[in-house]
Amino acid sequence: MSKILGLTGDGAVAYAVKQCNVDVVAAYPITPQTLIVEEFSEYVHNGEVHTEFVCVESEHSAMSACVGASLTGARVFTATASQGLALMHEILYIASSLRCPIVMGVVNRTLSAPINIHCDHSDMMGSRDCGWIQIYVENAQEAYDWVLQAFRIAEDPDVLLPVTVNLDAFILSHSLEGVKVLDDAEVEKFVSTRKPVLRVDPDKPITVGALCLTDFFFETKRQHVEAMNNSPKTISRVNNEFAELTGRRYDFIETFGMDDAEAAIICLGSTAGTAKAVAKSMRSKGKKVGVIKPWVYRPFPAEQIVKAIENLKALAVLDRACSIGAPYGPLCSDTIATLYREGIKLGVFNVIYGLGGRDMTPFDIETVFNETLEVAKTGVVKEPLKFVGVRE
Amino acid sequence: MVRLKDLPTEELFTSGHRLCAGCGAGIVARMTMKALRGPTVVVNATGCMEVASTIYPYTAWKVAWVHVAFENAAAVASGIESAYKAMAKRGAWDKKVDIIAFGGDGGTFDIGIQAISGALERGHDFLYICYDNEAYMNTGIQRSGATPHGAATTTSPAGTKIPGKPEFKKDFIGICAAHGIEYAATASPAYWNDYITKVRKGLEVEGPAVIHVFSPCPLGMRHDSAKSIELARLAVQTRYWPVYEVEKGKYKLNIKVPKPKPIEEFLKIQGRFRHLFQPQFKHVIDELQQYVDENWKRITELCGEA
Repeated sequence: MSKILGLTGDGAVAYAVKQCNVDVVAAYPITPQTLIVEEFSEYVHNGEVHTEFVCVESEHSAMSACVGASLTGARVFTATASQGLALMHEILYIASSLRCPIVMGVVNRTLSAPINIHCDHSDMMGSRDCGWIQIYVENAQEAYDWVLQAFRIAEDPDVLLPVTVNLDAFILSHSLEGVKVLDDAEVEKFVSTRKPVLRVDPDKPITVGALCLTDFFFETKRQHVEAMNNSPKTISRVNNEFAELTGRRYDFIETFGMDDAEAAIICLGSTAGTAKAVAKSMRSKGKKVGVIKPWVYRPFPAEQIVKAIENLKALAVLDRACSIGAPYGPLCSDTIATLYREGIKLGVFNVIYGLGGRDMTPFDIETVFNETLEVAKTGVVKEPLKFVGVRE
Repeated sequence: MVRLKDLPTEELFTSGHRLCAGCGAGIVARMTMKALRGPTVVVNATGCMEVASTIYPYTAWKVAWVHVAFENAAAVASGIESAYKAMAKRGAWDKKVDIIAFGGDGGTFDIGIQAISGALERGHDFLYICYDNEAYMNTGIQRSGATPHGAATTTSPAGTKIPGKPEFKKDFIGICAAHGIEYAATASPAYWNDYITKVRKGLEVEGPAVIHVFSPCPLGMRHDSAKSIELARLAVQTRYWPVYEVEKGKYKLNIKVPKPKPIEEFLKIQGRFRHLFQPQFKHVIDELQQYVDENWKRITELCGEA
């Protein structure tokens, strides 16, 4: 039996973690992740969970404690944002390379300077290559649902990789929504407890984190790549089981109007919700537009995107992060590389938007759709990379 | 005090590691393993001890051993301790595990001090051991917050104008004791029974404990590798390295040095201080002697000996 609770995005994450039998949470406060740790602290102090909550003195120590805990076979969660994620950066690579199935909520906030607490994806994109599975959600419901699924994906012996669930700062983290939550018992059955393959156990001593030089390092990285390559099978299986349980079906991407769309937007996170609303309205006026929203950003859902754009003529890739000096933003680079590899010729342009929490309005999105329709008609991309919503 | 015949013959830190001949870190690791009382996990900060004992696919450790990074051994230990506690609460773990974190002086005095302070404040049940060879020896002998005044390192060279490191050493045990932890101590491997006894004591304490042990480094201190223990003894006998413990806030001097040798005895067998014996830098030796005298007075007063 599910019920509906009024939860913020952060609250939805905390509620999911509470239901997942997590052994250790090690976290440090940073806006706008704070609601997660505050609400979780309530669960701890009211005796609702058995979790050891380690209130560390920095995000660097948060991720370090998570790695230590995860290596013992415990189920582990943390959450951070922005500068906190950047401070963890060093240990993010170690967590994934030591194959620690940690789940982390990342409340996407821009990186300084200037200091700013609002949404963009530059924090996670700055750690894009850290070898973690990366999920982006559109609303609090998706945040709740993906946290439950994340533990199953991360801890699968075929994967054993950490997972981030990314939610947009304030837009999601602090907005109250009606969230359908499962009963504790249903979650318990779905996530169970972690069954570690190998663990730090004094009775069966192993050496973890040895120096590994030119003769073996490359092989460990190759295995790491293989673990990521294995993950889609597990992600699909978990998505299917979750759909059976809840009726809510997740996949690598969500599509809207893509069956007949000539022009589409692809974007991550909450902006996809606005894009879908605008597309719906434009479609009612006969404009063939669609939306692609990757839930899973790493592993990159190339296969699913290629399938979704079969009938498409033009695509606008929206990046809420800037790769300064590169030809495109991160999502666009990945998308164009995918199209090139498949030999797909499509009018593609990149839109950088919403940095530091600048609103992406329905009007902005409609403008982008109209430009995309123009590209679809003419086949000419006038501006391969443009900035929307900025004073120039 | 532990006796030789009390020590287990089993070697949990085995030979075959790649530490230098005469390295204090290896001696400290081996002695530490003689003090264990049960299931143990060792956490190692990046450094000589870590790189030289575990080159994949080999390991010198017969206990469970974890290395994550340089500055975070105390945080990793916090996570491990918390995990066993949490898993015990849900009936998935039933062993009492001792956790020992090793860090060199760089990983302890400098880059790791925040993580150590956090772990001590939170009260995790673990023993932190700093093996102090008084510089970043693993990366090629650069100065650290533990390098003594006047010592030549590759980033505080014996120049014609600046003769080695201008600054003095941090009071690490003072910092730890200020956290109000139950047990903190200094030690020297020359006094093996004192050290091993302290390790066991540190393990028996419920909550965090810290040991700061002098660790000779033939390569970086530039001394004869056959004289490591002699150097470790001279450190104590010149009063350079007071051996004491702080138990529940109470200081106690463990090794009395009624007739101290002059600091030159400690300095002259180490190449890192060779330049100080030139006439124009003689004042640095005097400064070092003054530091030793004042530090000894301070510590012995705290110990109620003065």
